[in-house]
Amino acid sequence: MRGSCHPKNTRDRAVCMTNCPTLIVTVGLPARGKTYISKKLTRYLNWIGVPTKEFNVGQYRRECLKIYKSFEFFRPDNEEGLKIRRQCATSALNDVRQYLSVEGGQVAVFDATNTTRERRGTIVKFAEQNGFKVFFVESVCEDPDVIAQNIVQVKLGSPDYLHCNSEEAIEDFMKRIKCYESSYQPLDEVLDRDLSYIKIMDVGRRYLVNRVVDHIQSRIVYYLMNIHITPRSIYLCRHGESDLNIKGRIGGDSGLSARGKEFAKHLRKFIQEQNIKDLKVWTSQMKRTIQTAECLGVPYEQWKSLNEIDAGVCEEMMYEEIQEHYPLEFALRDQDKYRYRYPKGESYEDLVQRLEPVIMELERQENILVICHQAVMRCLLAYFLDKTADELPYLNCPLHTVLKLTPVAYGCKVESVYLGVDSVNTHRDRPENVNVQRSTEDALQTVPAHF
Amino acid sequence: MEFPHLERMRLRRCDSAASVPQFCNSPTVIVMVGLPARGKTYISKKLTRYLNWIGVPTKMFNVGQYRREAVKIYKNFEFFKPDNEEAMRIRKACAAAALKDVSAYFTKEQGQVAVFDATNTTRERRAVIISLAKEKGYKVFFVESICDDPEIIAENIKQVKSGSPDYVDRDIDEAMEDFVQRIECYKASYMPIDDEKDRKLSYIKIFDVGSRYLVNRVQDHIQSRIVYYLMNIHVTPRSIYLSRHGESELNLLGRIGGDSGLSPRGLKYANALADFIRSQKITDLKVWTSHMKRTIQTAETLGVQYEQWKALNEIDAGVCEELTYEEIQENFPEEFALRDQDKYRYRYPKGESYEDLVHRLEPVIMELERQENVLVVCHQAVMRCLLAYFLDKPADELPYLRCPLHTVLKLTPIAYGCKVESYFLNIEAVNTHRERPRNVNINRDTEEALQTVPDHV
Repeated sequence: MRGSCHPKNTRDRAVCMTNCPTLIVTVGLPARGKTYISKKLTRYLNWIGVPTKEFNVGQYRRECLKIYKSFEFFRPDNEEGLKIRRQCATSALNDVRQYLSVEGGQVAVFDATNTTRERRGTIVKFAEQNGFKVFFVESVCEDPDVIAQNIVQVKLGSPDYLHCNSEEAIEDFMKRIKCYESSYQPLDEVLDRDLSYIKIMDVGRRYLVNRVVDHIQSRIVYYLMNIHITPRSIYLCRHGESDLNIKGRIGGDSGLSARGKEFAKHLRKFIQEQNIKDLKVWTSQMKRTIQTAECLGVPYEQWKSLNEIDAGVCEEMMYEEIQEHYPLEFALRDQDKYRYRYPKGESYEDLVQRLEPVIMELERQENILVICHQAVMRCLLAYFLDKTADELPYLNCPLHTVLKLTPVAYGCKVESVYLGVDSVNTHRDRPENVNVQRSTEDALQTVPAHF
Repeated sequence: MEFPHLERMRLRRCDSAASVPQFCNSPTVIVMVGLPARGKTYISKKLTRYLNWIGVPTKMFNVGQYRREAVKIYKNFEFFKPDNEEAMRIRKACAAAALKDVSAYFTKEQGQVAVFDATNTTRERRAVIISLAKEKGYKVFFVESICDDPEIIAENIKQVKSGSPDYVDRDIDEAMEDFVQRIECYKASYMPIDDEKDRKLSYIKIFDVGSRYLVNRVQDHIQSRIVYYLMNIHVTPRSIYLSRHGESELNLLGRIGGDSGLSPRGLKYANALADFIRSQKITDLKVWTSHMKRTIQTAETLGVQYEQWKALNEIDAGVCEELTYEEIQENFPEEFALRDQDKYRYRYPKGESYEDLVHRLEPVIMELERQENVLVVCHQAVMRCLLAYFLDKPADELPYLRCPLHTVLKLTPIAYGCKVESYFLNIEAVNTHRERPRNVNINRDTEEALQTVPDHV
């Protein structure tokens, strides 16, 4: 029966409470996407508010060895090599312990091949001693095209191959993979039936999930089962300039200004020129995004979750009015813009939570245009570009500008396209003085111009 | 960079030769697979209930039901013997009739998901279904339940089979014996979904009541949600306690929404709730509240840790927040009438609808499924939504479910449903339940509009 983590009465094991940290351990031959998965998962967990850090053993090896000569380092009979690699793994695990037990981290992703039962056994013991739960993520793939593609996308640019040409690098890397193959012991359905793991086969065509024990593992599995690597682009933009934008008022549900309508037309032209295959279009349920999408002349889907942040009692006010009526609130917001919640409204933190299903569905989709709002776009952008909670509320998302995000290697390429229609600036930077006693002038120092 | 050789990770909808156009939202047939007493009907009913609650029109088709209608009286397991030709014919006809009804559900009733609940243990039977689906443009997703633990199977038989219409005139031991023989009839011809031969099918295999899953070729959003749901449910016995906050100051004044504290009677209730919970002697009880004062104050007296969920906040009444019904009628008479016309879908201006509430409560339901013993201290509209999920109430009934103050509902899953025990903790409170008035026309007069408003100070 599935059960929560119960403390075990064995001498070497630390007591594991319901909120014990989790150690995610990748498993798989080189070029199976372990680092891709590690980075993406880390980014997702941090975005939803779970402090997560990845520990790439290859990095530790590069710091230890300084210069990578060839695949020979990885030969199973290279004792010196094995000793160094074991040390690196131990060093990484020590840092994991530091992060999870001392620094308040909640999830650590231990990114290495971990292809032998012996190595995994060491990790499991380490986790037991420290009171961490372990969840394995194994990537199994035999499709030569996928593997070749991986090597081209991420290995050629690796520090290991800086001084080789492509052909040499590929040849060396293939030999490197061979070094691991003979000793590879995949997670076994019978021998490893007491472990918690997900086996990802053929880049997500098939999954084997064993003993998910808690909420975070369940979310991790759901996420891993929704991501894909099919090439595609995500277009993010705000609605066209609105009537309230012009007046410098926040929130509300107004329609587009004349310039906003002009933007919508330019957006249609831009989309047509991009010639995107099977483009999906999403909007919020507010007039200004719907009006913008209407102009495109294609079907679009409305999401309530994409609605702008609810400013509660400050809805439809100008910053000057907020300062006049709620000077304390205004200052508190500047002190911690991410966590601050408008009275009877929302915080950026709340926004992230309500946008999580949108992100999950964005991961499942392919080419897509999301027409949304300033705060919403900042949250989505922070997810794709791995921005921290501190940076998120100050990301620049100007009107009439489309951001085209294309996943590439381990990250995201961003192309910013300004569609040439003037608009007001709605970006308010953090003022110098965030003290609750500050003067009106200090408070309004960074308010953008408006009518 | 072009990657022409990269195989698509997304399974394309198969392009059928038939004339049916392929819409984005092709209906989905979920096909159960497994020997008797493996939890297929339990899963079917639960999944159907969940999908309907989140707004996906779903219906279950249990072939055993069709067989009972065709054969009227069940004699014994001999009916299921593989060499019983007469019976085979009847069983095949029943499956065909059920599939015909599935098609009718999709084409005439705008259904979106059909759950085809039968053993479907042979490749031949599954091929029939796949071929029909291909012809009509339906997606197919298989859910196979595999279990060889004799204790679990015995428990299943006891919980649901001995009460079945098939065994109404038999005692438990006879029923058990006959059913075990019935299972044997299927075993010889059972061909589980094969990881090699069936690699192009979309399916999830559930092993040993959820300790392991194999998931193959999830095609779309709804299949992904179904997999997530199936991976979160469990059968460990437990109870879910639902209660509203104690009576609040605004409750007393007949005002809706807001964020007021408890009235003196509300505080009394909080103490009574603490006593009640203690008397129930529950192991490892989790307590959840919303972010609003009145639920937090109620939980505080329990003296145990509790978790606050913003998702459990009461429905946002927008411009009507903190108004009395009389004031709503005075200031927004048209809105008031529109709400009475369609209380489930109606959204307060700058506020929410019950439909929005369900959407925001879905992660709460998912986590409730994962948990064991839980007490949820929440609000009237929120509790109605949660109750509708557990008791399978449709959208029309949901906004009118009775959730009075100072009453704890104890829900215990049994067999295919949920046992409900209601405990009024004997502390008086105002009534906050407003029935649908007779006249919902926007031209109605004030008296008719306020006909069902409960008393307040």
